[in-house]
Amino acid sequence: MKTSKMDWKKFMSQNSIWGVLIILVVLLSVARPAFLSSANLKGLLEGESIKGIMAFGVMWAILAKGIDLGLGAVAALVSVIVASLVQPAELATRLFPGGTQLPAGVAIILGLLIGALIGLVVGAVIAYTHIPPFIATLGSQLICRALSKIYSTAPVSNLPEGYRWIAKGKLFGFIPMIVVIFIIMFIVSAFLLTQTRFGKNIYAIGGNDQAARVAGINVEKNLIMVYVWCSVCAALGGILLAARTGSSDPSTSGLNYELDAIAAATVGGTSHTGGICRVSGVLCGILILGVINNGLVMLGVNDNMTNIIKGLIIVGAVAFDMRKNTRKV
Amino acid sequence: MSQDYVLEMRNIVKEFPGVKALKGVDLKVRPGTVHTLMGENGAGKSTLMKCLIGMYKPTSGQIVYDGKEVSFNNTLSAMNAGISMIHQELSPVPERTVCDNVWLGRYPTKGLVIDKQKMRKDCSALFEKLGLDLDPDEKMGNLTVAKMQMVEIAKAVSYDTKVVVMDEPTSALTESEVEYLFNLIDDLKAKNVAIIYISHKMDEIFRISDDITIYRDGEYIATDRVENLNIDKVISLMVGREMGALFPKVECPIGDVVLKVEDLSSGRAVKSVSFELHRGEILGFAGLVGAGRTETVEALFGIRPKTGGKIYKDGMELKIKSPEEAIKHGIGLLTEDRRGNGIVGLLSVRENAILANLKAYGFVLKHAKIRKDAEEYVEKLNVKTPSLDAQIQNLSGGNQQKVLVARWLLTNPDVLIVDEPTRGIDVGAKAEIHALLTKLAGEGKAIIMISSELPEVLGMADRILVMHEGKMTGILGREEASQELIMKYATGDSKNAEVAQ
Repeated sequence: MKTSKMDWKKFMSQNSIWGVLIILVVLLSVARPAFLSSANLKGLLEGESIKGIMAFGVMWAILAKGIDLGLGAVAALVSVIVASLVQPAELATRLFPGGTQLPAGVAIILGLLIGALIGLVVGAVIAYTHIPPFIATLGSQLICRALSKIYSTAPVSNLPEGYRWIAKGKLFGFIPMIVVIFIIMFIVSAFLLTQTRFGKNIYAIGGNDQAARVAGINVEKNLIMVYVWCSVCAALGGILLAARTGSSDPSTSGLNYELDAIAAATVGGTSHTGGICRVSGVLCGILILGVINNGLVMLGVNDNMTNIIKGLIIVGAVAFDMRKNTRKV
Repeated sequence: MSQDYVLEMRNIVKEFPGVKALKGVDLKVRPGTVHTLMGENGAGKSTLMKCLIGMYKPTSGQIVYDGKEVSFNNTLSAMNAGISMIHQELSPVPERTVCDNVWLGRYPTKGLVIDKQKMRKDCSALFEKLGLDLDPDEKMGNLTVAKMQMVEIAKAVSYDTKVVVMDEPTSALTESEVEYLFNLIDDLKAKNVAIIYISHKMDEIFRISDDITIYRDGEYIATDRVENLNIDKVISLMVGREMGALFPKVECPIGDVVLKVEDLSSGRAVKSVSFELHRGEILGFAGLVGAGRTETVEALFGIRPKTGGKIYKDGMELKIKSPEEAIKHGIGLLTEDRRGNGIVGLLSVRENAILANLKAYGFVLKHAKIRKDAEEYVEKLNVKTPSLDAQIQNLSGGNQQKVLVARWLLTNPDVLIVDEPTRGIDVGAKAEIHALLTKLAGEGKAIIMISSELPEVLGMADRILVMHEGKMTGILGREEASQELIMKYATGDSKNAEVAQ
């Protein structure tokens, strides 16, 4: 049958983005052989992990024909709260002097719960009021950022090593924990998306929410879960951010991270018209943006130029994808 | 020689990646005639028309229009040259006025600003010329589908059109609206406009056509004057094989009452509808478009809020507030709007088939069982698809519909509601779906079938419930029902019966 040939074609078109990544890597390693050094690659992965985790969150919102602009601010709010809870009790500059220092694990779980709660509220607003997700999450972004600045006017720092292990620790002595968590989130996202009913529900809702409803899918409940998942990913990002840098700055932590996450998901082929998303594509999108960031720095390209190139790549990737998706029989 | 024809399409080939949709087909249209294109879904009629109006670029072939060879790059240049298409699914801008919609994209201007007066004046003149009773200032979204179509036709005519393509224009019209459309078509013919007409409805085709061209599987089969053809001949040319009966109704024993609906109401759309549905029965819902039939089953199925009434199944009262609950209680609804709330176009045939039955496969999905179920039903319903993984949007309408029927059969409902189950699908698939409904009734399922095609209701239903303006106006038994009687109830007034005829 001709299906094998068709599948090959489909495989190529779905995975062409990996070709882009390979070309970038080859070009960069020729221009700057140091690019391929294990130290550089490790740094690259560490640097992209937090935004990558957020991309694994926001891709769900995009898949469901929505968006979440609140991720960076949620990350900031959660990170500043968790940071304040794990600050050493004896620290003179502690945000809450004399308060109890919580064990890292308890604080982290608390942080994830706060993220889930924010997602629950945002998701319920979107699902039941039909306010466009863009607007609803623009609101949550402003509110969460303001709340984190109200919570603490100054950076919360001097975080204990025990807490920072979650980002800086090494598995088997050489894989940074932050990268391990990133990989775990990749696997969890892929599992939820392809192997569970929740994933199928969201594909259907993103593709045609009316049809999904008629087919007995509880659209509201599923949408809420999408935004809960998004916010939990953001909260995890915030927790890792504080752990990685050892402090949390309420006004700059996670600033614009949601845009990088959205860019990665988009470059990775997640369609903003809903219903199309592949986790491997998003992973590739994250890596491409990481390689560009890293590579352009190595090539000595300045910040503004880097952003121009990133902008062009994002728009180009979407233009290419649109062409691919509209070419129908 | 080409002056005999306003339009000639010669040896048109259109290839898509992996598919040869048109394999060198011809079409010759005489001016001032209605030329009907016929063929099963997937025969290539729509593709050919899209090649004509510049939506697709033909791979090879020649289009001669008005004595000159032409090739349009987009629909606008085709319209400017005098070829327009009225699509099956209209795409108006609902928030703007009728007048704005007519002149959309080519507003008359006075300097930099739009000349609103001229726009209104020309619009009124246009409507007058066509004898249309339309208010240019009305918001487009407030019009009925029929009126919107009139606006589209007026818009096409305003381009000084010589050829108008109409793709299934009557699929959403009531009988009286159809009459109106046919009068309009006669007027256009008198103005020497050629109409290329695509439809599956035999009776109307034989009423209005001058010529008929038949295609099958992307190939040209035949063209002839309508006098030289009859329904059987056309069907056999279309399908290229012998076909079973169109209404293979088998009388089967009617069982107990499974569903009882008492005074079901939903706002102004549904007013106190009551009926009983038995096992093994097909209950037809007849009425004009807008009579509230779809709204009734939507209220029953939990898509639309109920404002009153009770629903009992097997004697137990049901509180249904969402489709999810309706499905749980063994009710399925094949909706009328296949693309709007039926298929999820981007998903595969397999994923669409199991969508309503997802809960049966666990939270962590049992993929093997999904594949087995989908395969079984795709085979059972004779769905033509390259594979289970093909996107459903690439299938023909009839095959999409079969996948949706499979979706509901997989939930194993006691009550299956089908709303316009054969709208817009070809005659072969139609007969298959009718056979399937009869078979399901024979297996003891209770079926509600809404249809605007009276022959379908009369041919398939055991009893027929007729609605008019949200109210139930009568229930007729199979023996007593006739087109005239149904129309009498459907118009809510015996006086109107002969008008709608």
